[in-house]
Amino acid sequence: MSGDVLDGWEVVIGLEVHAELATQTKMFSSARNVFGGEPNTNIDPVSLGLPGSLPVLNEKAIELAIRVGLALNCKVQRSVFARKNYFYPDMPKAYQISQFDLPINEGGWLELPSGRKAMIERAHLEEDTGKSSHVGGGGRIHEATYSLVDYNRAGVPLIEIVGAPDLRSAEEARGYVAELRSILVAIGASDGKMEEGSMRVDCNVSVRPMGTEELGTRCEVKNINSLRSLGRAIEYESRRQVDLLTSGQRIEQQTRHWDEAEGRTHKLRSKEEAFDYRYFPEPDLVPVDPSPEWIAEIAASLPMLPRQRRVRLAEAAKGEVADAALIVERGLDDLAVEAMEAGADATRVLVHCVNNLSEGAGQLSTGSFAALVAMETGGELSATQAKTVLADLVASGGDPAAAAAAHGFEAMDTSELDGIVDGIIAAHPDDWAAYVEGDEGERKKKSGFFVGQIMKATRGQADGKLVNKILAQRAAG
Amino acid sequence: MTDPISRDDVTHVARLACLSLTDQELEAFTGQLANILSHASDLEALDLTGVEPTSHPLPLVNVLRPDVPGEPVDRDEVLAAAPSVEDHQFRVPPALGGNT
Amino acid sequence: MSALELAAAIRSGERSAVDVLEEHLAVIDAREDEIHAFNLVMVEQARREAVDIDAHLAAGEELGPLAGVPVALKDNMCTRGVPTTCSSKILEGWKPPYDATVVQRLTAAGAVIIGKTNMDEFAMGGSTENSAFGPTRNPLDTSRVPGGSSGGSAAAVAAGFAPLSLGSDTGGSIRQPAALCGLVGVKPTYGRVSRYGLVAFASSLDQIGPFAATVADAALLLEVISGHDPLDSTSIAEPAPGLLSVLDQGVEGLRIGILDELSGHGVEGISPDVLARLDAAVEALTAAGATVERASVPATVYGLSAYYVIAPAEASSNLSRYDGVRFGPRTDGATTNEMMVATRTEGFGDEVKRRIMLGTYALSAGYYDAYYGKSQKVRTLILKDFAKAYEKFDLLISPTAPTTAFPLGAKTEDPMQMYLQDVCTIPSNLAGHPAMSVPFGVGDDGLPVGVQILAPAMGEATMFRAAAVLEKSGGAQ
Ligand SMILES: [Mg+2]
Ligand SMILES: [Zn+2]
Repeated sequence: MSGDVLDGWEVVIGLEVHAELATQTKMFSSARNVFGGEPNTNIDPVSLGLPGSLPVLNEKAIELAIRVGLALNCKVQRSVFARKNYFYPDMPKAYQISQFDLPINEGGWLELPSGRKAMIERAHLEEDTGKSSHVGGGGRIHEATYSLVDYNRAGVPLIEIVGAPDLRSAEEARGYVAELRSILVAIGASDGKMEEGSMRVDCNVSVRPMGTEELGTRCEVKNINSLRSLGRAIEYESRRQVDLLTSGQRIEQQTRHWDEAEGRTHKLRSKEEAFDYRYFPEPDLVPVDPSPEWIAEIAASLPMLPRQRRVRLAEAAKGEVADAALIVERGLDDLAVEAMEAGADATRVLVHCVNNLSEGAGQLSTGSFAALVAMETGGELSATQAKTVLADLVASGGDPAAAAAAHGFEAMDTSELDGIVDGIIAAHPDDWAAYVEGDEGERKKKSGFFVGQIMKATRGQADGKLVNKILAQRAAG
Repeated sequence: MTDPISRDDVTHVARLACLSLTDQELEAFTGQLANILSHASDLEALDLTGVEPTSHPLPLVNVLRPDVPGEPVDRDEVLAAAPSVEDHQFRVPPALGGNT
Repeated sequence: MSALELAAAIRSGERSAVDVLEEHLAVIDAREDEIHAFNLVMVEQARREAVDIDAHLAAGEELGPLAGVPVALKDNMCTRGVPTTCSSKILEGWKPPYDATVVQRLTAAGAVIIGKTNMDEFAMGGSTENSAFGPTRNPLDTSRVPGGSSGGSAAAVAAGFAPLSLGSDTGGSIRQPAALCGLVGVKPTYGRVSRYGLVAFASSLDQIGPFAATVADAALLLEVISGHDPLDSTSIAEPAPGLLSVLDQGVEGLRIGILDELSGHGVEGISPDVLARLDAAVEALTAAGATVERASVPATVYGLSAYYVIAPAEASSNLSRYDGVRFGPRTDGATTNEMMVATRTEGFGDEVKRRIMLGTYALSAGYYDAYYGKSQKVRTLILKDFAKAYEKFDLLISPTAPTTAFPLGAKTEDPMQMYLQDVCTIPSNLAGHPAMSVPFGVGDDGLPVGVQILAPAMGEATMFRAAAVLEKSGGAQ
């Protein structure tokens, strides 16, 4: 959102992100944690909240939560589980086991793409709910005639990452979520799939006059299912609040629901109607107090984080890399850095990573990638040919020279190319005169013409860069 | 400690607990709860500053389970015990009161 | 015949498991209509199990220590495919899809489960009059209550329906009915016996324990059901204590304290004939070589108040899952919420509603610190005061219940009068310590009186030694 749209007003955003942890089993029982599946197949007495069932903590969920805490620069501490009590068919026990006053991770930060730090208040563990589908009324909750509940997702471990109100635009909020997502994926804590609901965002929005310190009354917006909706919801909600305030009205603290189809938020409940959750320590569980040794062991096993990987990529490329974030997100940065360290041309390496490896590196090894780029810069392969060979290497691995040979991409020797260029020049004297004598624009146009003719004559075998070099030599006389 | 529990308090608490009370029950429960809570008023005189709460008699920590899948329950056995089922799911009335 | 004698006779082939079962079924036939100890007598299943035991014995197989011995279960322990009701309409007809850990251990030990016993609804009460299926009567005087909440399990043993039974004890629900029915009843150290499959009342206080006619039988049954269970996070990672092997070790040299506050010098309402039996017990222990002195655990006088905040608070949350969605009966409503309210209002009895509301209130916004928070601090004081007393004493003793068995209806009008039944037993639950009731003679009305023996955490073996001495002294007659 550009500042002038809210002229004179600043939007303040704090996000609560829930991410499902990538465990084999649920948070408190050995029922499977898998997405989808036939309704009510990944259930057991615990995830159904049957009378007599008891929760037992999943060690892996704790380890992943600690990974998240460390990656977000939090203090990892002794934590206690609490019950959050409310009735809802999705919630089998009518309480959610969560963490309240003693979360496992407290006080951290995340670096936004701008380089600014957004503070994180806490990242605590809790369990997911089941899923209701509303039947009748087009699936909308208001008009449904009944609902059906599937508890496959009930009890799946979640980490809830509560950010401080540190974000100042929809753009920044999207950047925060994208960065958080890439961190969670990089450390193996979550698959980060917003479209499958394994990552969900609630968004607290308030506005205040530009230049003031005091926070305005906030509204929490729920049901945001993509980065795009996040941006739209913030833009809508901040506009709504500014309109209210500029027309002399007050903001009521509310929980609001984002309606993607209508492109607007609407009220779910006011602060007065808020639930009284009656939190108290969960008596069926004992505290988690990770030893310094365990935390150190987990810290030592953390991979390099996206932020560090972007820096390393930029350093290997000896300068700013515009697409570093994209390359890191695709997981191609190791390949790129190693290929560059093996002497491959940085520009070509980055171009391939951005344009030709959007589906990942597949079977491509660092060695053959570096060799391919060397063949390309050495004039043995044209850019087009290199792209074709690269696709082969991604699909089935192997050696670039062999793949090039299999396609019949023989490196054309210079003398042969010289002859072809001279022949084309001789066949088009007027165009050649225009190329030699014309202004810059004309020369560019004619250069395109000659390269095209030469490519046609060589059936694409010639290296475009080399052709341009020969043309320039001929023009210089 | 606090004022004795009022009828309004009991009404509020019943709503939180998903219970409905007749006027007669409300009257009776209010009196009984007030009586029970007045017994708890002996705690009022206790000086508990600096005393840590005990939520659990055992000093256990870190009771953890390996992340290994176990036997699921028999879905049909579970669904057979449910009051209303459709398509292998638990059927409930609409959340917000349908039009039918 | 005691359970130990029965087990020996069956093992030696002197008796068959089928005969033993039929004999007990015949006693049930004769008196169950009058007593109403059971919600369900599992005739067919028990017969199948007995036949099976006999077949294994005939094949020369080594079976467990309870092979062929009938055991009755309080109806709050889950039995797969067999109704488990907690004597509540809200669970009427519910068949759990799994067995409680204690049920698995009993079965593994060769016990024949003979039935599910009546109880106060969800274990809330002190007389077994609070059952949706009608009261249980004391077999020693059917105009009187058997105590509660495990009154059905106590009555079953007292009436000779089974030599052994299991109850659950949250504030005295095993020890008080044991006292009123002239039996041995044990509440083990919190965490000794798995709670997995025990339908929860108050999770941080509940423990399963045995009823038996003799100290040795109680020891046998407790050994079978104790031990670590990975399905209960609060289970102690220790093997079952050896109890039968220490029963003849006596109390010579033990220091035993008369818990002053619970013996007429703190809490009110303990009748003189009950205190007289305590004096007799002191004589017996002294005669056996123990040093017996008065001991003080001052904070126990606040036990009742703290208990009647903590137990209802936990119960209010534990009983929220009875919402008509996943199991049990449902009363319909136009919306989910209306259905839940109707189901719960219809399904729970008055005492359960009273405690749910009390607990909800104690946890609700604005009252948490005054009630729940404060009660948890009292719990700390009680633990500290016990720890101090146990520096000087190996065991403590007190009366179990303030009076002998009272007439049906005597305390149903005033909930507070019923709560006072637990005044001597509650402190052990708050501390998580073991305690047991041993019959020691009769009161002025000729009905049994129990003496309570209290021990520090994990102190069952010492506690049983003292119990055996009291039993042997003849004071029980
Ligand atoms: Mg939240
Ligand atoms: Zn959450």
